[in-house]
Amino acid sequence: MRTLDTPDAALEAFAREIGPRDPVTPRGGRTQWDVGGAPDPRAREVSAPSGIVSYEPADMTVRVRAGTTVAELDAVLAEQRQMVPFDAFEPARATVGGVLAVGRSGVRRLRYGPIRDSVLELRFVSADGLTVKAGGPTVKNVSGFDLCKLLVGSLGTLGIIAQTVLRVQPRPPAGKWLVGEADPFETRRRLLRPSSILWDGTTVWVLLEGHPADVQAEAASLGPEFRDGEGPPALPTAGRRSIRPSQLRDLTGSFVAEIGVGVVHTTDLVPPRGIDSVTMALQRGIKTRFDPTGRLNPGRSPEGLS
Amino acid sequence: MTIDSVVRELRGALHASRVRDGALELSLYARDASVIEGKAAAVCFPVSTEEVQAAVRIAVAHGRAVVPRGSGTGLSGGAVPRGSDGLDPVVIVTTKMDRILEVNAEERVAWVEPGVLNLDLTNAISHLGLHFAPDPSSQSACTVGGNVANNAGGPHCLAYGVTSAHVLAVEVVLPNGETALLGGLDPEPPGYDLRGLFVGSEGCMGIATRIAVRLTPSAPAIKTLLADFTSLDDAARTVGDVIAAGVIPAAMEMMDARFVEVIERSLHVGFPPDAAAMLLVETDGLAAGTEAAASAIRSIAEANGARSVRVAADAEERALLWKGRKSAFGAIALIAPNYYLHDTVVPRTRLAEVLRRINDIADAHQLALLNVFHAGDGNLHPLLLFDKRVAGTMERVLDAGKQIIRVCVDAGGVLSGEHGIGLEKTEFMPWIFSGSDLDAQARARCAFDPEHRFNPHKVLPAGSQCGDLRSIPRGAWT
Repeated sequence: MRTLDTPDAALEAFAREIGPRDPVTPRGGRTQWDVGGAPDPRAREVSAPSGIVSYEPADMTVRVRAGTTVAELDAVLAEQRQMVPFDAFEPARATVGGVLAVGRSGVRRLRYGPIRDSVLELRFVSADGLTVKAGGPTVKNVSGFDLCKLLVGSLGTLGIIAQTVLRVQPRPPAGKWLVGEADPFETRRRLLRPSSILWDGTTVWVLLEGHPADVQAEAASLGPEFRDGEGPPALPTAGRRSIRPSQLRDLTGSFVAEIGVGVVHTTDLVPPRGIDSVTMALQRGIKTRFDPTGRLNPGRSPEGLS
Repeated sequence: MTIDSVVRELRGALHASRVRDGALELSLYARDASVIEGKAAAVCFPVSTEEVQAAVRIAVAHGRAVVPRGSGTGLSGGAVPRGSDGLDPVVIVTTKMDRILEVNAEERVAWVEPGVLNLDLTNAISHLGLHFAPDPSSQSACTVGGNVANNAGGPHCLAYGVTSAHVLAVEVVLPNGETALLGGLDPEPPGYDLRGLFVGSEGCMGIATRIAVRLTPSAPAIKTLLADFTSLDDAARTVGDVIAAGVIPAAMEMMDARFVEVIERSLHVGFPPDAAAMLLVETDGLAAGTEAAASAIRSIAEANGARSVRVAADAEERALLWKGRKSAFGAIALIAPNYYLHDTVVPRTRLAEVLRRINDIADAHQLALLNVFHAGDGNLHPLLLFDKRVAGTMERVLDAGKQIIRVCVDAGGVLSGEHGIGLEKTEFMPWIFSGSDLDAQARARCAFDPEHRFNPHKVLPAGSQCGDLRSIPRGAWT
């Protein structure tokens, strides 16, 4: 294994394709294409290369090019009973780079944490057309500033993700969705590490994963209000809100909420929130320094920055 | 401007007793837990965000750099005061901001001030069945603010993740004296993840004055196993095989023969005195999964030649085993007056090979070596033992350290797993990062601190300055 630049001709070719000058907009599987606004029509579409570069099941890390679909990666990891909890809406189309650029975690965030915490290393193409490495390939690393966190969720406006090293997890040996009508907050209190608890105001869906006997025991502990069921429910895709988990109990209308997390999937559009002026100056400072001419995905921006 | 006027202004803004410039205090705060020394102009102990703001504004107005500091347990020189432009810096110590402001058991979140000690936080919430997951060995002395600055780890980060995964929001005093709230208590705060950038930025981007931490439910079932081996290779192979079997223990620590000897002489934990290597493995969760993981770990250890596998019978025995693991550094004084602790990470599959090479390096430098580390993460902590009064020893220690880092990098590893870069490892950053990689990091830092007022000379090697922004060309895409 080389350290400074594990050679990957596809990555270098992608950097050359992006070049240093004209406006570009990265395209993955277009499954979350509307997030962050429409790209400027004059921007040239570019797509990251695909393919798994290296996979060490015993290290529980995988190096993958950003254009690889979530389904393809998942299939390779599944052979070793491993996974990355992307839980993308359309895994056959969604790409690894696209999911990271948008930065939205899947419905099992309650147990596995946000998707940004699965990212160990990112290689991106900068506004200058250079490949830049952030982070490193090991499961633990505090060498330098954590630019991976900046890039995840940046919608390609700070750099265009070309390759990543992800932390993989063991695939749980058993999993079961339960459905019932109960207080979702009380349901959470009774469970140690549920993978997901979803609530639409009436019905609660619970995903338990782990050792089969633990899954059975925890399912039984939920009582007769719950029965084995199908999950997750269809999630509304029109809007997505982010609120404190304790505020979920005040929700009204048509929604599916992630209990313990605070993500709410709604049928209504959700207006973007603002950012206070001091933090905004920092946010803009980051953008200006990473993309002085504004050529990276013009027209799009993370919530609050347009 | 003389330092007297800076001190006078600081005393006007804070209480006079909390701004110190006596020789004794300055010498106390010239160092952290590393072997590196610096020089402070003044040391202040603010008790509120407003006082931190005032101290920052005064220092910066007088052209002084600011060096944030918690308990000073850092091992890479991150809190060692180094000034700029020939002026010694002002050290801002957060240890008097030590209140737990709010605990929300339902949301499993607490707001704390940066000077709260890591273990004090866990002790304050344990009656709720919750704990703060990052648990560095220094947890009874280190502050949560220091944990944030270093993105601290600890044995149980193997399963629970490092500090970054446990920080939801940070109130930060910036180099311009303003405060910003980074992150939030909701899962997807707007904008770029500045919280994620700030955690682990080693005091180069501001001072955290309030921190929202995630609290973790404590598991009902815990198994702690101690396996002893007649060879280091067998223990290292066991680590790889456990991970490869899909078992992620809560913690998996390795201790070598010299460590076992030292601990037994001081603590009498009951470690087999002739063991070549020991693994301390903990698994937790629900009953069946914990039992299954423990039995898998036992079989794998035995298949790799473990002589015995001891399972802690109760909480008391578990605490004793962990005390043995975490008391390493005090006990070392029994066998050597000085030690130099390194911190690197290698892919877990390369552990056995890298450990052998590190042993060879220590031998070649005629230095005694002790290993006690987070094996499950591949996070090595080779400790070089020496007596610095012997002429020429320090040079051998530093050269051996450099070679150890090189071996780890060549094996696909990184410079630091949890101690940070600080002053100690800036010169090695080009071993793992190219010029454009370092330039990107410098740009991120410059968005917070364009004039390098906060903790100058740390993390990035010399030359990684904020370049003047090019003027934006006409017709730019903005």
